[in-house]
Amino acid sequence: MANRWFAPILGSAAVLALSSMLGAQQEILPWNNSGLAQSPNQPAAAAPGPAPKRELTGIWDAGGAGIGARGYQTAPLTPWGDALGKTHKSGDGIRQVPIEQNNDPLSTMGDPGGFPRNLLFELRPFQVVQTPNSVLMLYMFEKRWRTIWTDGRQLPKDPDPRWYGYSVGRWEDDSTFVVNSVGMDERTWLDNAGSPHSDQMKVEERYHRLDQNTMELTVTIDDPKAYTAPWVPRNKLRLRLLPPTIDLIEMIPSATEAAEYKKVFGK
Amino acid sequence: MNARFPGVFLAVVGLAGLWLTAPLLAHHGAASFDTTRELTLKGSVTEWIWANPHCFLKFDAKDDTGTVRNWAVEVSNPTDMTRLGWARTSFKGGDEVTVTLQPVKSGAPIGRLRSVVLPNGQTLASGGGRGAPPPSPPPADK
Repeated sequence: MANRWFAPILGSAAVLALSSMLGAQQEILPWNNSGLAQSPNQPAAAAPGPAPKRELTGIWDAGGAGIGARGYQTAPLTPWGDALGKTHKSGDGIRQVPIEQNNDPLSTMGDPGGFPRNLLFELRPFQVVQTPNSVLMLYMFEKRWRTIWTDGRQLPKDPDPRWYGYSVGRWEDDSTFVVNSVGMDERTWLDNAGSPHSDQMKVEERYHRLDQNTMELTVTIDDPKAYTAPWVPRNKLRLRLLPPTIDLIEMIPSATEAAEYKKVFGK
Repeated sequence: MNARFPGVFLAVVGLAGLWLTAPLLAHHGAASFDTTRELTLKGSVTEWIWANPHCFLKFDAKDDTGTVRNWAVEVSNPTDMTRLGWARTSFKGGDEVTVTLQPVKSGAPIGRLRSVVLPNGQTLASGGGRGAPPPSPPPADK
């Protein structure tokens, strides 16, 4: 009698396992995969191998944990940061307003999300490419990329602000890649809740590879002009390595589509 | 053993999949929507917009007085909706559909789509939609 249910149960378990890897329907699609359907905090479906040394190449995904929709518990704001934050009318979180009042530069105007918002909201699958002089990070969301210089250069002292800042990286040990960034344009928000930052912000990313299939990302924000203390919005965020052959869906928040959405729903 | 066991098991698996997917859809806020109300309307599709930040369906439906109103109801973005089995080709103009939605508080014919029954009887669920409260806390960073 028990064998009667073995096949359907085994089959269902297999379906769930596949779903956990790539999402309910994307695992068989040759095009337009949208990544993991859930957080990869659960154990890997396949037995992991050891972490290769000083190697992050591949497509990584935090699943649902990468979205960070409602913002973060930040360090207390300085008066300057508080005043700037009050000008942010967000679509979610503590500064949430109706759609017609929303002034999120990303989702209502199609401005670049910027760095580190692309790590805090919304971190969809991204590909890491290592070159002799740099590490490139290619993000599915917005179809943006960052260059993280690994050639030993120092960060600029008084940089012109950039949407995605200036970044240098180094291997702290064989499995930990540390990135430091400065020069981020303060027009960008940190998350979907309108958390502000200044152009004095420094960001540290720590990519710690646990094994062949997983790594953890920790992000620390140090912005004494906007916050009274450093804070850690991402603490060991688990990332799963996706198959190298998947084609990722295009996910670009365009200005014209944002305007059309606001015209229809901002009534 | 209960003969209905496989069906129950598969239903649980399906619900688990929906639960696991839902946090992806909670992108923005719900300040514009009346989350205490739900309407079910029969209507005719006028447009299906497959776009970021949210896809939306426009359809004509009669109100209580017989007046036709053109509704616009949103779901999540193409990435998340693809995962839920929706597609750019899910609707075409003139499709007769039954839409269950949460309206906005203002009374305008705008809402957040919860589910829709297609002309062939298939039901598509939004999996939560824009700003819907997630059914569980979002996955925590460890």
